[in-house]
Amino acid sequence: MTATTATETAEPVYVPAAETIGAVLDPRERPARPSALSASLTFGWRAVLKIKHVPEQLFDVTAFPIMMTLMFTYLFGGALAGSTGEYLQFLLPGIMVQSVVMTTMYSGLAVNIDIAKGVFDRFKSLPIWRPAALVGNLLGDVLRYVLASLVITVVGLILGFRPGGGVMGVAAGIGLLVVFSFAFSWIWTMCGLYLRSEKSVMGVSMLVLFPLTFLSNIFVDPSTMPGWLQAFVEVNPITRLVAAVRSLMSGDPDMGELTWVFIATAALLAIFGPLTMRAYNRK
Amino acid sequence: MTDTAIETNGLVKVFGDNRAVDGLDLTVPAGAVFGVLGPNGAGKTTAVRMLATLLRPDGGTARVFGHDVVAEADAVRSLVGLTGQYASLDEDMTGRENLVLIGRLLGFRKPAARARADELLEAFGLTAAAERQVKNYSGGMRRRLDISATLLNTPRLLFLDEPTTGLDPRSRNQVWDIVRAVVSYGTTVLLTTQYLDEADQLASRIAVIDHGRLIAEGTPGELKSSVGAGTVHVRLRDPGQRADAEKLLSAALGATGTPDPDPRRVVIRVPGHGTESGAAEDAARALSELAAAGIVIDDFSLGQPSLDEVFLALTDHPATEKETAA
Repeated sequence: MTATTATETAEPVYVPAAETIGAVLDPRERPARPSALSASLTFGWRAVLKIKHVPEQLFDVTAFPIMMTLMFTYLFGGALAGSTGEYLQFLLPGIMVQSVVMTTMYSGLAVNIDIAKGVFDRFKSLPIWRPAALVGNLLGDVLRYVLASLVITVVGLILGFRPGGGVMGVAAGIGLLVVFSFAFSWIWTMCGLYLRSEKSVMGVSMLVLFPLTFLSNIFVDPSTMPGWLQAFVEVNPITRLVAAVRSLMSGDPDMGELTWVFIATAALLAIFGPLTMRAYNRK
Repeated sequence: MTDTAIETNGLVKVFGDNRAVDGLDLTVPAGAVFGVLGPNGAGKTTAVRMLATLLRPDGGTARVFGHDVVAEADAVRSLVGLTGQYASLDEDMTGRENLVLIGRLLGFRKPAARARADELLEAFGLTAAAERQVKNYSGGMRRRLDISATLLNTPRLLFLDEPTTGLDPRSRNQVWDIVRAVVSYGTTVLLTTQYLDEADQLASRIAVIDHGRLIAEGTPGELKSSVGAGTVHVRLRDPGQRADAEKLLSAALGATGTPDPDPRRVVIRVPGHGTESGAAEDAARALSELAAAGIVIDDFSLGQPSLDEVFLALTDHPATEKETAA
């Protein structure tokens, strides 16, 4: 921390005046403590402001999904479905799930970096609902998930994706994906609190996310896989999520898969929410 | 209004094998600056973090304005503000956004939070930098913004953890002026520092801690008189006169010289009188005696005792331990 920089010497020297400082210290009526929702939304506002100041961080929810969609459509399309256009109808909901679920790891990275910088010390010393800072961060991430989903939808539509469920079906699919991802990101938020460096958060999340998204029904129909792999793919939560999103987007909602996803979402929140808060309070 | 801002009883915090705070008993009166002096690793920051409810004590109790820091953490949080050693600011956001964020989190509505932010930016000389991202602030500006964010909720007790460490002299003086202004309007300030000079400048009472324990407590005057008022350094033109000079100075100051490797230098610790002027007067008299004896000096200084000297004196004399018990 160097104390003197060109920016300060350019300005008139500040001389603290006791009266003006006294005036701001004048005891005034303190506002009522904000509600849990209002505190969380304020932290969400902070996340949006940070996107405004550091727009490069949107790279992972714009360029990355476009790359994924183009790459896999043209790489596998001809071989797997006869044509890229045919394959896209199958692939798009899946690649959307993969891209968004992959970006959930950035929640963990953000928390890890944030906490290392000491700004959380201030948040923790405020008399507010404790989880608000983390919930607010995740609300900001929800915006990112929506953005990534919309980017992929637009790219898909340009390439020839024609969902049977129409606008409502696609919107419902995106909604389900975003809700699940919000719950899923608590895992990485917890990792961000427990692990020492952002590199280790990255490492652990990659180790989980790669097999979880590739060993699923995103790219191919699991029926061509060996039995042991099919067994894994069947219990993989991403498979269930992709099936549910596909069913919504195709206009033929699969209630079984939807119920499964909602239960998984609730379970993730119920398990990783409290675990994360425990780690947060101990930090 | 209670007259005691902080009262701790046998406060303990253990990190693994390290007893960072080891049975700390502290009583901090309200309405003044209380200095906590200690070297790196003495447990100052750990103690402050427990008092500000950021860390849970492993033993003992601590009360802030009568509220227990564990059982009534929220009540304590609404009464205290902490400016830590490292800026608790969002580097990516502007100065104003940082303050508006804290204001909103304290429950101010948006217009009120904005007004409050502008008022604080003005008082702390940051209006011109309000729209700049904090990562482009100088160390002094950061510290001021950090303090202003802490004062946003007009805390009754302000913790300043090494507020001037790493600052240039001008920024340090600004922080000192801010502390004086804050306390003159009735806010209690607990300030940790590694510099005796800083504690002496600002605090009306000082606690010296080491290895997580209180080793001395008192007014700056009491502390200095137990340590010595300072050290006289004299640099002679002729090293041959060293023995004479040392004899003269020892007699005039009533103390014996401290060995120094430089043959032209005489170093003498001045015993304390409880007041600063006493040492200065003694030193002036000693210098005139040197001149009268025809001993030419190139350089002279009367330095305040350093933290090292304070520690040496306090840990050498167990008598000071008794004072703390009172």
